[in-house]
Amino acid sequence: MLPIATFHYLAVAAALFVLGVVGVLTRRSVLVSLLSIELILNAANLNLLAFSHMWGNLYGQVFAIFVTVIAAAQVIVGLGIAIAFLRSPNTSLRTSIGTSPDQT
Amino acid sequence: MSTTTLLFYLLAAAAIVSASFVISCHKALHSALSLMVTLLSLAGLYLMLYAPFVASVQVLVYAGAIMASFLIAIAIVKNVTTSEKSHSNPDWIIRLASACPLIAFFFYAFAKSRQLFPDRMVVAQGSNTQQIATLLYGEPGRIGPYTLTLEIAALLLLVAILGAIIMTAIIMTKNVQITD
Repeated sequence: MLPIATFHYLAVAAALFVLGVVGVLTRRSVLVSLLSIELILNAANLNLLAFSHMWGNLYGQVFAIFVTVIAAAQVIVGLGIAIAFLRSPNTSLRTSIGTSPDQT
Repeated sequence: MSTTTLLFYLLAAAAIVSASFVISCHKALHSALSLMVTLLSLAGLYLMLYAPFVASVQVLVYAGAIMASFLIAIAIVKNVTTSEKSHSNPDWIIRLASACPLIAFFFYAFAKSRQLFPDRMVVAQGSNTQQIATLLYGEPGRIGPYTLTLEIAALLLLVAILGAIIMTAIIMTKNVQITD
């Protein structure tokens, strides 16, 4: 059994990233797509922290905090768009954003 | 096997398994709850990487605030919580296959560059939170290297909040017809 090195964290981050990409590509609902984007951002965060740990400085941790801020802004805007469009009376818009029209 | 190794594999397995639940659950509510498990186990991994401040931010902001707003949005949009008939796109095989080159690329890059990643410890000088604060805000009489970036991030959050209010509250109450 190998000792836990930077490589292991990068492998976990790569797995999370690929799962997030698959979720964005395959899922139909816009909310689940947003959740998958969160997975991608967290994989990037894990990479930043692993490299910060490897180099022995804190710049990666600072950038991880910035990534969290960007993720919060993205969630706010994305959920605003999703709610505004999914509740709009225009059915064709709802179809175009990714939910099937027979779900109303 | 030492405790650290066991803990790492436990947290990594929890993160990956719950992340696969996120993209495979039929209901959006279950996906959101699985993502919460992923975020919490990632916070454990951050603690193992000597990043206690980022780990607490992960728990408080990410798993707390962001996921709470996600759950509120899922509760508002009720029709999404109902089980979808076909929860994935009809051409999901093509989309899944298009993610395979990405996996192959990661495997190739890791196989090539594995010896480039040595393990190293963070040299502790002062507390982690204090060092991050020095980088973000600077010391007395001197701004830090990331102070301007922090201000821009704060401005971005403000603009995002205003945009969300305009999109949900104003467009919804006036019932504006948006045509595509």
